[in-house]
Amino acid sequence: MITYLAKRLFEMIPTLFGITLVSFLILQLAPGKPTDILTEMNPKITPEARERLEKLYGLDKPLMVQYGIWLKRVAQLDFGNSFSTDRRPVMEKIWDTKQPLLERRLFITFMLNLLSMFIIMIIAIPLGIFSATHQYSLYDKITTVIVFIGFAMPSFWFALLLMMFFGIHLHWLPISGLKSVNHDSLSVLGQIADRLSHLILPIFVSAFTGLAADSRYMRSSMLEVIRQDYITAARAKGLSEKTVIYKHALKNALLPIITLMGLSVPGLIGGSVIFENIFGIPGMGQLFYASVMQRDYPLVMGILTIGAILTLIGNLLADIGYMFADPRIRAR
Amino acid sequence: MKQLYLVLLIAMLFVAASQQSVTSSEKPEQATYGDALIAGSIGEPSILIPMLAGDSASHEVAGLVFNGLVKYDTDLSVIGDLADSWDISPDGLVITFHLKKGVKWTDGVEFTAEDIMFGYKTIIDEKTPTPYKEDYLQVKKAEMPDRYTFRVIYEKPFAPALTTWGSLIVLPKHLLEGKDITKTEFTRNPIGLGPYKLLRWSPGQEVVLESNKDYFEGRPYISRYVYKIIPDPATMFLELHAGSIDMMGLTPIQYTKQTSTDFYKENFQKFRYPVFSYTYMGFNLKHPWFKDKRVRQAIAHAIDKSEIVDVVLFGLGSPATGPYVPNTWPYNPHVRKYEYSLDKARNLLKDAGWVDRDGDGILEKDGKPFEFSILTNQGNSLRMNTATIIQWRLAKIGIKVNIRAIEWSTFINEFVDKRRFEAVILGWSIGIDPDQYDIWYSGKTREKEFNFVSFNNKEVDDLLEQGRRTFDIEKRKKYYYRIQEILAEEVPYIFLYVPDATPIVHSRFKGIKPTTIGISYNLHKWYVPERLQKHRIEQ
Repeated sequence: MITYLAKRLFEMIPTLFGITLVSFLILQLAPGKPTDILTEMNPKITPEARERLEKLYGLDKPLMVQYGIWLKRVAQLDFGNSFSTDRRPVMEKIWDTKQPLLERRLFITFMLNLLSMFIIMIIAIPLGIFSATHQYSLYDKITTVIVFIGFAMPSFWFALLLMMFFGIHLHWLPISGLKSVNHDSLSVLGQIADRLSHLILPIFVSAFTGLAADSRYMRSSMLEVIRQDYITAARAKGLSEKTVIYKHALKNALLPIITLMGLSVPGLIGGSVIFENIFGIPGMGQLFYASVMQRDYPLVMGILTIGAILTLIGNLLADIGYMFADPRIRAR
Repeated sequence: MKQLYLVLLIAMLFVAASQQSVTSSEKPEQATYGDALIAGSIGEPSILIPMLAGDSASHEVAGLVFNGLVKYDTDLSVIGDLADSWDISPDGLVITFHLKKGVKWTDGVEFTAEDIMFGYKTIIDEKTPTPYKEDYLQVKKAEMPDRYTFRVIYEKPFAPALTTWGSLIVLPKHLLEGKDITKTEFTRNPIGLGPYKLLRWSPGQEVVLESNKDYFEGRPYISRYVYKIIPDPATMFLELHAGSIDMMGLTPIQYTKQTSTDFYKENFQKFRYPVFSYTYMGFNLKHPWFKDKRVRQAIAHAIDKSEIVDVVLFGLGSPATGPYVPNTWPYNPHVRKYEYSLDKARNLLKDAGWVDRDGDGILEKDGKPFEFSILTNQGNSLRMNTATIIQWRLAKIGIKVNIRAIEWSTFINEFVDKRRFEAVILGWSIGIDPDQYDIWYSGKTREKEFNFVSFNNKEVDDLLEQGRRTFDIEKRKKYYYRIQEILAEEVPYIFLYVPDATPIVHSRFKGIKPTTIGISYNLHKWYVPERLQKHRIEQ
């Protein structure tokens, strides 16, 4: 098992290298340059001034040289400075140590996604199990309809409806952002309540729209498992239905869910542009979108590389998860 | 988002310089200090040093922190800001600024000519990544005879020169000397001398500014200015309704329909004034069909500009007749106007040889049907709607138009720069100074330059040159009037419309006086009467 893990880890290195190279090249294929924001359609810019700016950003060098410079820096764990006008280090934009933890982009997105993933799991797993054990019952049909409504609804539209209802009509919840304007003048408890109240709508929307996939997976894998011979055997032994489902069937039915969780690890830091924009949440999705639109190469590359590393780690974790859930895999 | 930057880039130079102004001499009666103004913004500032910023959000906030030597008055004349007065030598080559004495940076150090000199040296420095360098490279020599005098000497007289000494170049030397200006803490935590100073900046959320009690034009009444970042316009409008923000820019539909309820009438005040920009349809004058002036004039006759304003902007704008905003001094109201007339359009086309010979409803010449594409950038629904109306109108005189919306970078790099277009719909943001040398001068047609329609007119070239070489406003007026006449006759662009800015502000804010340059120029004079104050802020 140790050698298997070591082999997996070793394989990750060329994969990561390949990902960064391909990302770097694809990024260059997109028309436009980071300096465009300063120069495009700006009559005050002469071609000479444009060249000067490009030279300042190192864009006059051949592509492979640029990649080499980037790679050399990353090998020293430095993602460089952003190309946007503020020229801040990439890492500071993602994880600003000068800000409190709760205000750092990566933390905000990570916390939100983790919370919503957690809520999805604790609702979707029982929901799926129940739907499977009560297949074709009225309960099964109702939950199916509800989760699919959530799945089919565009999240930005659903979010706006909720904002209008809870924010403007009832005045119960704040509409957007992470905290109120008067946040600083509140007591500690008040500050916590303020922050939590800002999280309710975003987490509800993301959980409700994300429920369908996981609960359906759970239902179908559970259905598959309870038809197997060993479940019949367990029942024939006279075990209670509870023991049969939760002790014997659930363990095996969880395998696909572990895969799903592994795959969603990079999503934890990715964030969604639409979602973060509509709720005014300063997370990674917004940052990534803005950096792509501005052709901010170092920032895009930084986020992609971190994402790639996390994806690989996620896959690895899923594999390790299998080993715990399934002794046959462990034996290899 | 890109086109936003585009539209605001050039004007920002001047808007930033014209943020504050001394106008109201009458003391408002119940003006009291206190309360906070929360303004909603789609974009977040990225850097608060004006000369390094490229986006409008940065300039908007930095404009409250820094002042310039001069600024625009509400009637668009130039008045002193940090400069008390200035002299221009008779030959127009030397400008001497006499600075106000006793103005202090918010850290208590006095502002002097050293700071201007430092800013000037920084902006012309090779290593400073600024898009605004060119105007300052025209300066042959800068000197400071004493602490309160700053003098610049130009190679040739340069009319826009005076207004370039706005807020872009004033930087505190005592804090920045010897530092890499792009990497210092100062970029996100500047010390200025404007009406507001930075209190806190939460990335992605808000920038909080606090009033500068020692502001040289008097302490601003409103204690805090919060610049709240809400990237989604629909969410921002809900926040306005919920009372979480006090000020935002409205879209035409929000202005005309969604805010016409009693709730908005009671709680908000709406403003409307022209933006210093215009939208146009530009022809590729190298294209064989559009080389013929009659064809361009015919198309001008076939387009109803007021219809575009009514439909696309819900009436919130005015038809354009040239590259200047109506009711400003360079604007010539008496140029040739092309009234909507299908007959005139058809006759002109017939003279040019375009006749529908095969009866399919489309004109032909030399066996080729009159069919062309209008290109515009993706994501700008106003321009798309304008293109659609033009398409429909031109179909009536037998011209088939295709519309293509292309992502901004591709549009500029692959189509505009390479001249691979027949017609484009785009907008120019214009400074308050009428100099448009870069757009119309016949030599400015290299790749990446801005006369991409390849307009070439000897008389216009001369007039542009003369216009930027004199400070005499009457003479300049004559030159720019003539340029507009020629442009109206030649139709290199069809000038479509000048849009209106439509901000909304909560009604508890008093002292707002809309003018040609907008409402925010006298922000430091706005106030909230004591009984209406919403946010309690310790003084």
